[in-house]
Amino acid sequence: MADLEDMKVIDPGVDDNIAKLTPERIEQTINRVLTQESAARLQVYLETCVHCGLCAESCQSYISRDRDPDFAPVAKVKDTLWEMVKRKGKVDGEFLHNAARIAFLECGACRRCSMYCPFGIDISYMIMTVRRILNLLGVVPQYLQDTTNSHAATMNQMWVQQDDWIDTLMWQEEDARAELAGTRIPLDKEGAEIMYSVIGPEPKILAQLIANMAIIFKVAGADWTMPSTDGWDNSNMAMYSGDFETMGRVERLHWDRASQLKVKRVVMGECGHAYRGAVYDGPRWLGWPKPPIPMVHAVEYYYELIKSGRIKIARKIEEPVTVQDPCNIVRGRGLHDKLRYVINAICEDFRDMEPRYEHNYCCQAGGGLINCGPPWKRSRMKSNRIKADQIHDTGAHLVITPCHNCHSGIEDIIGFYKLGCHVSFISELLVKTIEMPEA
Amino acid sequence: MYQFVSGPLVWIAFIGFFGGLLYRFVAMAQLAKKERVVIPTLSAKFGGRSLVHWVIPFGGASTRKRPFFTLFSFAFHVCLLLTPLFLMGHIVLWQQAWGVSWWSLPEGAADVMTLIVIFGGLFFIVRRLVCPEVRNVSYLSDFLIAILVVAPFLTGYIAHKQWLPYQTIIVIHALTGALWLLAIPWTRLVHMLWFAFTRAFMGSEFGAVRHSRDW
Repeated sequence: MADLEDMKVIDPGVDDNIAKLTPERIEQTINRVLTQESAARLQVYLETCVHCGLCAESCQSYISRDRDPDFAPVAKVKDTLWEMVKRKGKVDGEFLHNAARIAFLECGACRRCSMYCPFGIDISYMIMTVRRILNLLGVVPQYLQDTTNSHAATMNQMWVQQDDWIDTLMWQEEDARAELAGTRIPLDKEGAEIMYSVIGPEPKILAQLIANMAIIFKVAGADWTMPSTDGWDNSNMAMYSGDFETMGRVERLHWDRASQLKVKRVVMGECGHAYRGAVYDGPRWLGWPKPPIPMVHAVEYYYELIKSGRIKIARKIEEPVTVQDPCNIVRGRGLHDKLRYVINAICEDFRDMEPRYEHNYCCQAGGGLINCGPPWKRSRMKSNRIKADQIHDTGAHLVITPCHNCHSGIEDIIGFYKLGCHVSFISELLVKTIEMPEA
Repeated sequence: MYQFVSGPLVWIAFIGFFGGLLYRFVAMAQLAKKERVVIPTLSAKFGGRSLVHWVIPFGGASTRKRPFFTLFSFAFHVCLLLTPLFLMGHIVLWQQAWGVSWWSLPEGAADVMTLIVIFGGLFFIVRRLVCPEVRNVSYLSDFLIAILVVAPFLTGYIAHKQWLPYQTIIVIHALTGALWLLAIPWTRLVHMLWFAFTRAFMGSEFGAVRHSRDW
């Protein structure tokens, strides 16, 4: 049964926009997406699903909500796509409100269910199709739409203006130099080996992470640069709001920047969805088989630096730690082993999560969920109880979260469920543990 | 009536079955020409790797969480596929009609396998009523499909044991068997055709593209 508290959440992005729709527009849009944009792939999935319900046990929101049948992945598709198909697009405002709640808040497109379905049906793709339909109807949670609007207007997620960007980089360069003399953040250096691209929130609210990376690059002796103009943001909330056109524009500019700088690789910070957008969803929408320049996730880069000895670890973190396997870099990239290599290198007392690796539970903050903002926080927390249990069971004091959304999401979970631990990015731990050269 | 069901109806059923599956495949391939994600991603190696893990009982993590379902489902499907093909009674008919024959199951084995299908089907139906997450996504069609699949096996078994008047029950057996074959391309039973593709895609997506495992 849908939770009444969740059903009563007021979100102008959803409610006000539904009120502006006409039945004709709803019907036309749904049918267009089902028959033109999605067509064969969707039809095969809808026909192949034999309603067996094995996917239920995979979903963290289902388990967290005391195994409420309405939260099983197949039930989410039933309450959205099956109805749309059955009624040939003739659905009403109340239906769309519930569909928006399900598609934007109860599924993070984490793909855990595709590992439980015997046929490997891509349920997250089906939910993303619902988001696509809702986006084309203008029905998107307000906070999420705001980030998409920001992407469309400023090409970054956080309304960072051109001068803010450069000011922030210069400020972080100063901070980094105070830690390690000689540290620079080279801007627009053509022909550098690495372009470092950040996730939108970093310059806005987590600027210290930029200084951290500058220090790490300096210690490693890396030949790197950052772009001074738009295209520096590798995050992509448009991907999650269903605005694939804007998603494509943002990714194209990001790759154009890297190509203009003639770099050999793009190293990105600790984020999950940004990797997915830059390496998979963006290129696919643009019709590329893969990105033009290889992208290296921060975890992979740290692994490379530590393994090769370009950075050396001088001391280890002593408090008990555990790790969040972010969906988009573990299920999405298989980086679980490299992640653990790095963690074991810098931590004394690592306690692994259960289940782990590809079977880790999603934090239900990524996938655009946390970006739907404060109106939906309680709902999100309720769907995350199993994650709270999972963290608690490790007995760790610190949860390492190599992903921005996981970081914020797990911070929320820790607060809401009073777990008494804290979260950290890897870069924050690295600058505490690596051997710094003498000034 | 027997003449019809053992003559023209057999043709109708087989042509409908094979022709139907062929038509579905070709029609879907046409529709899939617009596909820009699935086709380029498909990888024989990684698709195959996933398929192998899932076709072996308990290969996928979710199958280990539901051991009874897994056992029933695998046994059901294996017997479902093998029994009609290797049943002595069917082979005799093919031999008489088309001059082809092959190895047949010992009678006792065929009996057991038929019962596995019947009880497997019963398990699915009961499960659908009893498990809330399954009941929630069940329509009348789900129950009818299960009954449709079990019917030829049940009526075949009864006919073989001659528990009911043979001439009537064998006609019903043939009718339900034909109906079952004809229904496959046009209902969710078409998972028989598509599941290898959906599995291969997910295996390719996880394995080839994302360097991770989908089981």
